[in-house]
Amino acid sequence: MAAGSETNLDNMNAAAGQVKVLFFGQLKERLKCDKLTVDIAQPLSIKAFKHMLVEQNPHWQAWLEERDVLCALNQTMSSSDELVKAGDELALFPPVTGG
Amino acid sequence: MSISIKVQTHDFSVGEQHNALCSDNKSDGAVVTFTGLVREFSSGDNVIALELEHYPGMTEQLLQSIAEQAQTRWQLARISIIHRVGYLALGEQIVFVGVTSRHRQAAFEGAQFIMDYLKNHATFWKKEHFKDSSNWVEFKQSDKQALNKWEK
Repeated sequence: MAAGSETNLDNMNAAAGQVKVLFFGQLKERLKCDKLTVDIAQPLSIKAFKHMLVEQNPHWQAWLEERDVLCALNQTMSSSDELVKAGDELALFPPVTGG
Repeated sequence: MSISIKVQTHDFSVGEQHNALCSDNKSDGAVVTFTGLVREFSSGDNVIALELEHYPGMTEQLLQSIAEQAQTRWQLARISIIHRVGYLALGEQIVFVGVTSRHRQAAFEGAQFIMDYLKNHATFWKKEHFKDSSNWVEFKQSDKQALNKWEK
């Protein structure tokens, strides 16, 4: 039992860490934030991660959860079901308008 | 086959780009280039300038990937893509796409494919500046519809 607990604790420690979050375009301006670092205890979906950000900053809800926000995990476009892990870079931004 | 991708604040010379696509190139019979300019696209207030920002790193990777996709569909020996960022005044050059191929059809289609995918996927965001205000440009559905012809 004791050994099992230690293993779980080790796994928890390995999974815990920081996620670098970037915002671009109108989202950056509305949130008044271009980047932040967030501690996570274990991997969680992008959707759950965004919800966590909203819990920490309730006034972000309209921009992060109600608007059309795209996500890129480690510079690859991602769906909100994908898992965010320690060491990841998560970018959130509105639809692109280049060209 | 060569691909050149540049995201930069400074202007570019279409002539120099064209020369680079043509020089020492005896196999290609076609060069197609597209240059995008800053225009006053809002009704009402006149746009004075555009502000462009991008996601450094991801943008270059996406442009490279779009160019590689174009090369898998058409025989495009040389591809050059330049996109400017920062503040751009009305009339300034904003984007350049140049491709070479043995024949014109592939060059025309390849250049159009690259622009259509760039507009829909490359991580750039535009803000219009007016005399007394500014406004983020919204994504246009017509840009998305432009992809339909390539996805058949």
